[in-house]
Amino acid sequence: MSVTLRVNPIACTGHGMCAELLPEVVELDRWGYPVLVSPTVPRSLREHARRAVQACPTLALLIEEKAGKHR
Amino acid sequence: MPAARLPRLLAGIADAAGLREHERRYGPLPAPGEPGRAGSRSRRRSRRRRPERLIDVVEAAGLTGRGGAGFPAGRKMRSVAGRPGRKAIVANGAEGEPASRKDRLLLSRLPHLVLDGIALAAAAVGADEAYLCVHGTEDALLRRLDRAVAERQAAGLDPVPIQVTGIPARYVSSEQSSIVQYLNGGPGKPTFSPPRPHERGVNGKPTLVHNVETLAHLAMIARHGDRWFRRTGLPSAPGSMLVTVSGAVTRPGVYEIEMGTTAGEVIMLAGGPAERLQALLVGGYFGAWLPVEAAWRVPMTHAGLKAAGGALGAGIVIAFPAAACPIAETARVARYLAEESAGQCGPCRFGLPALAEALASLAFAGGRGGNADDITKLIPLVERRGACRHPDGAAQLGRSLFTAFPADVHRHRRQGACDGVRRPPLLPLPGDEEREWDWG
Repeated sequence: MSVTLRVNPIACTGHGMCAELLPEVVELDRWGYPVLVSPTVPRSLREHARRAVQACPTLALLIEEKAGKHR
Repeated sequence: MPAARLPRLLAGIADAAGLREHERRYGPLPAPGEPGRAGSRSRRRSRRRRPERLIDVVEAAGLTGRGGAGFPAGRKMRSVAGRPGRKAIVANGAEGEPASRKDRLLLSRLPHLVLDGIALAAAAVGADEAYLCVHGTEDALLRRLDRAVAERQAAGLDPVPIQVTGIPARYVSSEQSSIVQYLNGGPGKPTFSPPRPHERGVNGKPTLVHNVETLAHLAMIARHGDRWFRRTGLPSAPGSMLVTVSGAVTRPGVYEIEMGTTAGEVIMLAGGPAERLQALLVGGYFGAWLPVEAAWRVPMTHAGLKAAGGALGAGIVIAFPAAACPIAETARVARYLAEESAGQCGPCRFGLPALAEALASLAFAGGRGGNADDITKLIPLVERRGACRHPDGAAQLGRSLFTAFPADVHRHRRQGACDGVRRPPLLPLPGDEEREWDWG
């Protein structure tokens, strides 16, 4: 399984919760909008990524979990 | 001689605006199931029409979208046709690029060629709704198109009625997701995808959005076939295309060229340079600056321009004189693009004004707080960070300044504004009367 993150830039208003909860993957630009260091989330950070997605106040952080062969 | 087989689309430019003259010049609208095999014999032979056969022919012809992105037109049609249920089709004639005139020319002088293309494509993908969108500010064009549609209705030509629609005259409103959103009752701003229009578009139907020139080519392919289409242009980039040439040339205007004609030949076609040139801006404000020596031999194809560090876009070529300042002109265009942002995405809303300010700072060595050294840092902060590609255009234009004019950039950094900044601007921006400042 692969887990990737994506930002809906229209919905995002730069609250920065994602960078707070997932600093390994999300950085903020100079205006406070998220920059994904890499859209693919390493296995060890998946739980944190899911939490960051749930915590986004504007529902702008999207997670895509693509099923692989096995888990 | 390469130009011998042209013009194709523009063959009736002087006299084929009316339906009767159009049919006399280009031939009658072919039956939907018989693309490329006009004539009663073959038509009688096929009892059951298969309108979707046109998609095979368009694919075989290798027609690519003429609106800027250059996506294969047949593949786009297939992705819509293959979905269940009824579909919708949108002809995009909202020419957002300020330096482009070819779509307006086609629509005003050869409306029936575009309308033929809409009718044929609608049948091919199974659409029961068809729209032709142009800027709502263009009253004369809207009236002209309404008349053309009425002529066809009287002749019983189009089973799916074509609805001529005025959309907001904003740069980002001509983007396909904006048009779909507007037709669905929205303000006409780009939307987040998925869903893309071919998945869920107008009234929730899979929607084919094609540029009006693409549809005009499709109407020609339906009449003459894919092999005819490939008789001009390159094997890898077949057919002809319309280009709009402006700037320092003696005969600016819209020309039909073979795909693969070099940018230099295009300048010569437009009468040649009107003064000494330093660069060509190809692809409009979604394109890039190219030094004139390098650009001269570049073939006008998507691959050719890309290899040269530019973009073909919608076929805009601006000849830029040696005595003008590309940095000042880019700063002005960047400001316009910043104002034209829908303001939906942070990086575009904040990044484009900052980029415009930094460019103006480099050009004029002044301004309020703009920092010229910031340009190269701002470009990656705006590029590919919007829901649509609007910020990418400004980023590419800005970046190409550094590759095309390193000496000018250096001189501006050290000595401030050059003499060129005093020249009246050459890159066109829409006048206030053509711009809509508010959303709906």
